[in-house]
Amino acid sequence: MELFEARNVNKVFASTQALTDVSISVKGQSIFGLLGPNGAGKTTLIRIINQITAPDTGEIFLAGKQMTRADISKIGYLPEERGLYKKMKIGEQAIYLAQLKGMSRSDAVRNLKIWFEKFDIMTWWNKKVEELSKGMQQKVQFITTVVHKPDLLIFDEPFSGFDPINANLLKEEILKLRNDGATIIFSTHNMGSVEELCDNIALINKSVKIEDGPTDVIREKYKSNIFDVSYTGSFDAVSRALASEYKIIEHAESEKGNTLKVQYQNGNSNNDLLEALMPVAEIRAFEELIPSMNDVFIKAVEEANKR
Amino acid sequence: MNNTFLILKQEYLKRVKKKSFIILTILMPFLIAGVYGLVIYFSIKDDTEERTIAVYDESTLFLGQFDDKGTTKYYFIPQEKFNELKTNIKGSSYYGLLYIPRDIYTNNQAQLISEKQLPFELVEQIERKLSRFIENDKRQKVIDESGIPDLDDKLAQTRTSVKLSTLKISESGETKKSSSVIAFIASYAMGLIIYFFVFMYGAMVMRSVMEEKKNRIIEVIISSVKPSQLMAGKVIGTALVGLTQVAIWVILGGIAVFVVQGFFTPESAQQMGQSLMESQGAMNPAMSQTVEQNKITEAMALVANLNLPLILFSFVFYFLAGYLLYSSLLGAVGAAVDNDEDSQQMVFPVTFPLILSIMLLFPIAKNPEGQLAFWTSIIPFTSPVAMMARVPYGLPTWELLLSMFLLVLTTVGGIYAAAKIYRVGLLMYGKKVNLKELVKWLRYKN
Repeated sequence: MELFEARNVNKVFASTQALTDVSISVKGQSIFGLLGPNGAGKTTLIRIINQITAPDTGEIFLAGKQMTRADISKIGYLPEERGLYKKMKIGEQAIYLAQLKGMSRSDAVRNLKIWFEKFDIMTWWNKKVEELSKGMQQKVQFITTVVHKPDLLIFDEPFSGFDPINANLLKEEILKLRNDGATIIFSTHNMGSVEELCDNIALINKSVKIEDGPTDVIREKYKSNIFDVSYTGSFDAVSRALASEYKIIEHAESEKGNTLKVQYQNGNSNNDLLEALMPVAEIRAFEELIPSMNDVFIKAVEEANKR
Repeated sequence: MNNTFLILKQEYLKRVKKKSFIILTILMPFLIAGVYGLVIYFSIKDDTEERTIAVYDESTLFLGQFDDKGTTKYYFIPQEKFNELKTNIKGSSYYGLLYIPRDIYTNNQAQLISEKQLPFELVEQIERKLSRFIENDKRQKVIDESGIPDLDDKLAQTRTSVKLSTLKISESGETKKSSSVIAFIASYAMGLIIYFFVFMYGAMVMRSVMEEKKNRIIEVIISSVKPSQLMAGKVIGTALVGLTQVAIWVILGGIAVFVVQGFFTPESAQQMGQSLMESQGAMNPAMSQTVEQNKITEAMALVANLNLPLILFSFVFYFLAGYLLYSSLLGAVGAAVDNDEDSQQMVFPVTFPLILSIMLLFPIAKNPEGQLAFWTSIIPFTSPVAMMARVPYGLPTWELLLSMFLLVLTTVGGIYAAAKIYRVGLLMYGKKVNLKELVKWLRYKN
């Protein structure tokens, strides 16, 4: 069941096309990665979802219904460029922001206290923002994004400004939010976190969506049939056996055993490669290399730019 | 609507709770009273500096005629000494050098030489001494020549001074005693107050918008509320701060008037008069206690004869409308720019009419029926200040209504344009903004 859907969204600013016929659909209770190079149109799409700007054409739906202004209280948005009122006390500020999202004061206070305790920052309640470090402010900002229990959460580069320990804490919280029922749209340039978190992704380049689907399927799609093989036996024999149909990318020999990186090109299958190897070597490990999201990103964007 | 109220409340409380607001609001009336008190004190206070002026009297008319009663002493010197001092007055113990030429009687000219900037009062004092002596001398000659007995007294009796008390007939035919002096003061003060309020609170809105943009909290806020709601909450919240301030001042003023009135009960006035007389020795008997008291009650009656309800109503109206117009424009400026330098560049063209109206305030208040006053009080951008300067004098109702109507119309248009610029500008960073760019933004949809 799709929680969020954008259909054929177009947006033009003055002279630049920001989005061209972009459609995405986000399953409920999943994490959706919105990826793309700088200036591809991600932020514009996110702002359209948040009703900050309106699309020129196209429609957006939340839980099957066309989105209206009233729906924005069901969204929690953590923008990439974010800040807080410097002179205001943390607690008051968090209550104010929660109230703007439609919470009553008492609900806001109750939920905020739970979150503040979870992040172990209750002592900051009466501090002013300007007294906090940037990382501390990010924690407060994260809390103000999720405190009203939105159905749809949008995180734009949520990990920037966090140290590895707190980034990990945040990752766990994001996964927990999903498991508790939230749907999350997640935009980042940190491809490692995409692999870890995202169930599905969409890749936007120069205002056009060039790829989307489940993360695993897309990585599978961009694999280039390269295998890591470790074996015992002579490299000469192996290279002779593979010479005709396979391409050896690199190899190493040592007393413990040899390793090989090999790629097949046309019409072969994994088993064909195994069969070719078995007569000449004792195979100890055989693994197909699935490209990282980083590789997928670069390859997809380069291919799109060539077209 | 709910969100607008939340923002309004937030903006209001943030400002009203500030220590600087509380202190300023309470201290301001005392500060103004204090400044006026000081000015009055220094203008009344006698000049106590001891000065000696060397006098070279070529005409030989004045020898021994200058009394030494005040703090200024006169010392007559011969010509050689004068020539010597003329080139070296700094080295001498004299404050100044007075040269009375031979032909002063016909020419009415003398010179006061000093290496300092001479106080206006001293110059006046010497002028008075010289003129009075020559005048008396001439008159004595005329009297002597005419041979009419007691001519001097008779002439003294011809001296007349007519006091003009101004009465104003209102539209209902009622006659009220009015004072153009009090109307002028009220007119000038009203214009000034409107100017300061519109400027101060308009700038406050602008700073608040800029702060949100600079802090980058703006994107979070406008993903929760509409930009128009944010702007409305901000503008109204800040206006309420201004009205709170006015209310506190009106109350404080009321208390002050009450206290002053209590202070000047007939008995206390009598006491004051007596103590004044005792301290200053026997004074002019004509100036009795009752006159003193009458003056105060008369002044109060004159203030009361101003159309206070109309003035207060117009004040609130022109404050609100002028403030709404300028604060929304300044708010748009705050949204359009993202650094202080650019904002200063944009603020000037926006506030220019306001500055112009304060520069024209004096001539307007002096001649509230003139062409200048008429046009500046009708044209919407200058009317808040200019019209407030005219209201205390009273003016035709149609002029007031026309001015109000045009101002409301302009304010609505201004808010509409400002809201558009505001929307576009809020998330626009790193762009050098000029008027041409702003006009382009006005044409954007959404």
